[in-house]
Amino acid sequence: MGAGGGSRTCAEAPGQGCRLRDRRTDGPTDRQDQWPLWEVFTQPPGGGPHEHAGSVHAPDAEIALQNARDVYARRGEAVSIWVVPSESITASAPSDAGPFFDPGNDKPYRHPQFYKTPRGVKVF
Amino acid sequence: MTVRRSDGPTDRLFEYLLRLGDDRLVLGHRTSEWSGHGPILEEDIALSNISLDLLGHASMFLRLAGQMEGEGRDEDALAYWRDERGFRNLQILELPNGDYGFTIVRLFLFSAFSHFLLERLAASSHADLAAVAAKAAKETRYHVRHAAEWVVRLGDGTEESHVRALAALDQLWPWTGEFFQADEVDRELGASGVVADLESLRAPWEALVREQFARATLQVPEVPMRMTGGRKGRHTEHLGHMLAEMQIVARSHPGAKW
Repeated sequence: MGAGGGSRTCAEAPGQGCRLRDRRTDGPTDRQDQWPLWEVFTQPPGGGPHEHAGSVHAPDAEIALQNARDVYARRGEAVSIWVVPSESITASAPSDAGPFFDPGNDKPYRHPQFYKTPRGVKVF
Repeated sequence: MTVRRSDGPTDRLFEYLLRLGDDRLVLGHRTSEWSGHGPILEEDIALSNISLDLLGHASMFLRLAGQMEGEGRDEDALAYWRDERGFRNLQILELPNGDYGFTIVRLFLFSAFSHFLLERLAASSHADLAAVAAKAAKETRYHVRHAAEWVVRLGDGTEESHVRALAALDQLWPWTGEFFQADEVDRELGASGVVADLESLRAPWEALVREQFARATLQVPEVPMRMTGGRKGRHTEHLGHMLAEMQIVARSHPGAKW
């Protein structure tokens, strides 16, 4: 279990994406006596999308589901749980951050802030 | 303390609720002994959760028992101020935890029994008992599921886990006879629709556990059942030691508040 989930190991070539890896157990010696890591997504009561809650170790999907329930859904936090093998997730690499995310910052026209809010519309 | 020996219907119900409460108190305490010692963090958390569930169920049943008794004893008085002979739990539940295989096989055997019993008690003609049983039944279903999955993974796992799980089953099976030993308390309360007929739970319980052990490649032993007496306050040498540890704080500081 790790609240932030796995860290990432990235392909050498740019644009290949990253595999989530387990920072607790994937050391330089890659221990084989730990169970695989699973990412946990929980859906809060009252609808809304499943959101990443954290991760658990488990030998298989059924146990991953039970462990996720025991770690992340004991206090009424969830009405539904997904578990996904961490290695099935492809993540963006830190080196992608520039090309992926920077351009938005200097293009204010992408943000709908030039519209006036009509009277009678509730602003939250 | 003295154990009352009257035979009115309220005394019968008090006695029966002690059995329900003590089973869960004793197994809950045993399970809590794994806290911080689980084989892996997630399983440590799972067992601690199950332990808390069981203590919660014990607390509800013992509170109700105290109300039935009407002598001002609450769940804490019943849990911490009765001695070994006053406890009414099944003997299988007081045995030391042993290894993880033993812990899981016992949890499975009892939870499966508890599941069928509580589902039936949820339909009791006694409204308070029915309400508490219904609440406990829900969490117990999860205990069955968790333990059942681990029975399969240990039984059908590595050579060592198979050997250990099988040894646990061989050791534990003869104690399960006590689940279904009915006495006058069961019979009288059963006749008025307050509690379930224990014998009627045997077939569904056996079907469930035998199917799971087959999946786990574990052979159920053909052995005679043990003589027991937990329901009458007769216990193994282990309960006294467990209670000494469980009750020491409450008894050293009577009436202490958080």
